[in-house]
Amino acid sequence: MSERGLTVTRTSHLRRRAINGVMLGLTLASTGLAIAFLFSVLGWVLVQGGSALNLDFFTQLPKPVGEPGGGMGNAILGTLILLALASLIGIPIGLGAGIYLAEYGGGRLGTAIRFLTDVLTGVPSITIGIFAYTMVVLPMRGFSTLAGGFALAIIMIPTVTRATEEMMKLVSGSLREASLALGIPQWKTVLRVVVPTAMGGIVTGAMLAVARVAGETAPLLFTAFGNRFWSTALDRPIAALPLQVFTYALSPYDDWRAQAWAGAFVLVALVLAINVVARFFARGIRSQ
Amino acid sequence: MTENAARAVQVEKLGLKTRVGNRGDTAFRGVVTLLACGILALVALMVIKMADGSMPAIQRFGLGFLWGTTWDPVAQEFGALPFIFGTVVSSSIALLVGGPIGLGAAIYLSELAPDWLRNPVSFLVELLAAIPSVVYGLWGVFVMAPWLRSALEPLLSRSLGFLPLFQGPSYGIGMLAGGLILAIMILPTITAVSRDVMRAVPRTQREGMLALGATPWEVIWGAVMPYARSGILGSVILGLGRALGETMAVTMVIGNRPDISASLFAPSYTMASVIANEFSEATYNLYLSALIEIGLALFGVTLLLNALARLLVWRTARMPAGGG
Repeated sequence: MSERGLTVTRTSHLRRRAINGVMLGLTLASTGLAIAFLFSVLGWVLVQGGSALNLDFFTQLPKPVGEPGGGMGNAILGTLILLALASLIGIPIGLGAGIYLAEYGGGRLGTAIRFLTDVLTGVPSITIGIFAYTMVVLPMRGFSTLAGGFALAIIMIPTVTRATEEMMKLVSGSLREASLALGIPQWKTVLRVVVPTAMGGIVTGAMLAVARVAGETAPLLFTAFGNRFWSTALDRPIAALPLQVFTYALSPYDDWRAQAWAGAFVLVALVLAINVVARFFARGIRSQ
Repeated sequence: MTENAARAVQVEKLGLKTRVGNRGDTAFRGVVTLLACGILALVALMVIKMADGSMPAIQRFGLGFLWGTTWDPVAQEFGALPFIFGTVVSSSIALLVGGPIGLGAAIYLSELAPDWLRNPVSFLVELLAAIPSVVYGLWGVFVMAPWLRSALEPLLSRSLGFLPLFQGPSYGIGMLAGGLILAIMILPTITAVSRDVMRAVPRTQREGMLALGATPWEVIWGAVMPYARSGILGSVILGLGRALGETMAVTMVIGNRPDISASLFAPSYTMASVIANEFSEATYNLYLSALIEIGLALFGVTLLLNALARLLVWRTARMPAGGG
């Protein structure tokens, strides 16, 4: 090789090494940045929310403007009621649809439903709020817990469906065959053998779905609407933690802003706790 | 699932089932099929209900609704362009900023991270998706917006102020704040999906490149990325879908003013935000109908984007191990 050729090779080699170093560094920096955002959000919620949190926050009603103290007890209760209602509607439908997809979903109908379920995951939650408004609020002539629970249930359905399907497919065929070979009909095999075996994963999916809707605000704005008082009635507006955080965050009062941070703290703690417990379940099934 | 179905057919053909079993099976299959078809019905009903609700506005304004610039509920005049503009621009900022960062993190997590670091860091990045939108909004209002006002926006107007994009007073709250908060919120989507797609690239592709003497980056750029191209595109489109429909965080930081301004510092308004702010205050039918029409447009666009993204991601996952 001529001397000139050698130099070209050497500089191009150095150039390639340099590009390699820069690009790999950038990917590392991107990862660091993503984690930094997470820690910044969580840190602020922890510090600001933690310092504003006290027992009253969990037990008291919001106080009128100017009066210090008060809490979001009604909103915490409201969120729990909404989540229970949403689970009651959303989980059975998602479970059934997931069983269908896993057991009978090989055909064209199954493919269509699987595809629509995936697509439904990406529908903006605010449009689901509009849908719930036209389906429940208009016929009932008023905002209600029921409408809020209905909206959240729709958001839960696709997550539960796909989790159920995926988990049932992981159950080994020999287990199913053993059951069928004993003369047990397919429906019993599914309900008594396949679903119980996949239960850990299904529970994980359902919990992640609950965690996802626990912080949803947009679909509740014109369904559950919010309420300044204690309420458990299904046909009345009900308070919800995310709604309360939204209202207080944009208020001009320092007191309310502090409460918004406290609300965010409780909300994040709830969501993260559900996530961690759900992953614990998931690990349980894998080690079985 | 096809296996199970085929097995069930076999069992049926062999006549191994008792009559009771058959009847139970039929009933069971009927029930779960009904529940699954509930999802079909749900999506169909959503389209019907929202189309029905937006009829008065569609009849009144026609296609002009989409490029009308006046939004005046008092004068009963409704044009959606300021909101469409806000949504498109804020989502574009989100993709420009969040796309490269999300992709970079995906490359690191899929190709470079040591094994002991991969799972914990993936978990943390995905945790970004678990934080509720309203909490991002709260952080955006009290942490990000003040920083934009005092640090980033003055810096941008000093260095790039000759562009109309970075002119005008900086409030902190505005288009840039909306776009940046969206960028953070779509990060986990882009990272998680791209990472999974890259993990699905066969080892042989990488080894082939390495054997030719390529650097690690050249392996990623020359072998992994081309193979995973359509899946990565899918992940970005999924992120875009999320950005378009994201409501609370954007509503809290974008300023909510239906203006079309060249400056990214100016307050703006998005389609999702106007629904969130005005829906429960819409006092007459046409007003409500105009808002539902905006919701329908949002629904249609995100439905199409999601369908496209899913097809792209599926295609990559199904690609044969040898070819690209």
